[in-house]
Amino acid sequence: MSTTLLAVQTLNGLQLGILLFLIAAGLTLVFGVMDFINLAHGVQYMLGAYLAVAGYQLTGSFWLALIIGLALALFCGLVLEFLVFRRLYDRDHLDQVLATFGVILFLNEAVKVIWGAAPLSLPAPNLLDGAIPLVNNLQYPVYRLALIVSGLGVAALLYVLVTRTRVGMLVRAGATNPDMVAALGVNIRRLFMIVFGFGTMLAGFAGIMAAPILSVEPGMGDNLLILAFVVIVVGGIGSIRGAFLAALIIGLVDTLGRSFATDIAKLALPPAAANDVGPALASMLIYILMAAVLFFRPSGLFPVRSA
Amino acid sequence: MSRPLLSVDHLQSGYDGTPVLFDVSLTIGEGEVVTLMGRNGMGKSTTIKTVMGLVPATGGEVYFEGRRVDGAPAYDVARQGLGLVPEGRQVFPTLNVEENLVATSANRAGGAARWSLKTVYALFPRLAERRAHFGSQLSGGEQQMLAIGRALMTNPKLLILDEATEGLAPLIRKEIWQVLADLKDTGLAILVVDKSVAALERLADRHVVLEKGRTVWTGSRQELAANPDVKDRYLGA
Repeated sequence: MSTTLLAVQTLNGLQLGILLFLIAAGLTLVFGVMDFINLAHGVQYMLGAYLAVAGYQLTGSFWLALIIGLALALFCGLVLEFLVFRRLYDRDHLDQVLATFGVILFLNEAVKVIWGAAPLSLPAPNLLDGAIPLVNNLQYPVYRLALIVSGLGVAALLYVLVTRTRVGMLVRAGATNPDMVAALGVNIRRLFMIVFGFGTMLAGFAGIMAAPILSVEPGMGDNLLILAFVVIVVGGIGSIRGAFLAALIIGLVDTLGRSFATDIAKLALPPAAANDVGPALASMLIYILMAAVLFFRPSGLFPVRSA
Repeated sequence: MSRPLLSVDHLQSGYDGTPVLFDVSLTIGEGEVVTLMGRNGMGKSTTIKTVMGLVPATGGEVYFEGRRVDGAPAYDVARQGLGLVPEGRQVFPTLNVEENLVATSANRAGGAARWSLKTVYALFPRLAERRAHFGSQLSGGEQQMLAIGRALMTNPKLLILDEATEGLAPLIRKEIWQVLADLKDTGLAILVVDKSVAALERLADRHVVLEKGRTVWTGSRQELAANPDVKDRYLGA
């Protein structure tokens, strides 16, 4: 029983980690290359989900909805970059935080006006419906497994892009020394547009993939955004590899912590106290982890700016 | 004299409102090697950064091949044909040697590119041996070779070196000076800053001396040799 729960929760943790990675990948590159804090990155996740729902209502096909959602999420991201963000690159972090927080408020409200405050849902495609047996009597939904696999696929694709292509080299170089990249004749703003657009699409993709298993509602990206920031701080700002590992660690620690903290607390405390301490500890766990990483490795697990 | 390659007229700039350059002027002709001399803190590095567009000019003008470039973003200045080898070398630590060379390589002038991986490796065989090592794993001398190779891979018309041999072992210094002499023989124009006045005197066609953010002396190699008081007054320790 307990091992079954452990297996299920490990898969759930991986799945949360994958979603976090898709969001954190764009965030860490944008922050690393442009030193730009984009709080509105979580909104891209929400927009991806809503636009896919709209696409589904229009076409009745999950796959078309996926394509429509991705394309429109990219378009919205580029419009935001053009209208708002590019005015912020040269400003200090406080201005960036204020302005992009404003974008969150605006878009959460805009989504409410257009689609209403009630949660919407996106049905999983027939192909990925149902469940498959894993071990013993344990059934796990195919769609959730597909989410994990597709996330790993995206991670592999990103890895190839970053390590094997010219743009990837420039992104890595830009994360350590953007001035030097510019002094060698590269338009770092244009490079950034590419990175930003790509990051936006990844966050949108995460939102679309999450839509069939979570409810699509205003503000759905806000909590994940905070977790995504924890991920990029733990992983090392600007590092895709760091973001990947940290996302899986955070996803697992958070999910497993919430399932098992009370049981573990019972080993040391009387049951009544453990029932209080367990959940409280569980929700603090990832922040304790972050504090520990910052204490021992202040620039994250995979520091980029160690010149 | 025909139109200079680079012409800097009465340049002024500084950092965060603190002026550093007050009146710097210099010209570099096609194929000419020019030095910027002066004691520490006199504005040599700031002059280079301002020319490259990394520090905004607050006054004066910079022309490259007759085109005004002050006020343009750094990438735009570089694209006109300026290849920078910065102070502290600044190779990309998370890229390997080959990636450092390839990432920003370009041939914007059109025509046959003079520089490629093959020619850079021929110039610095050591880099070919270390091609799979990361920038952070190189010795200081190797980093400087890489920084020069990286700048050459943009096929520049003017190579700019800030502190060409600072902190390098004597043998490596010799090798760098030899490479610069070879590059000069191919007709590449060079602007170079270094602490070694003797090496600069052997290499350069002309010298520009800065003192407290102003050009205070300009002259040919022969003129500097004939005026020992210039060295005494502006370059002595």
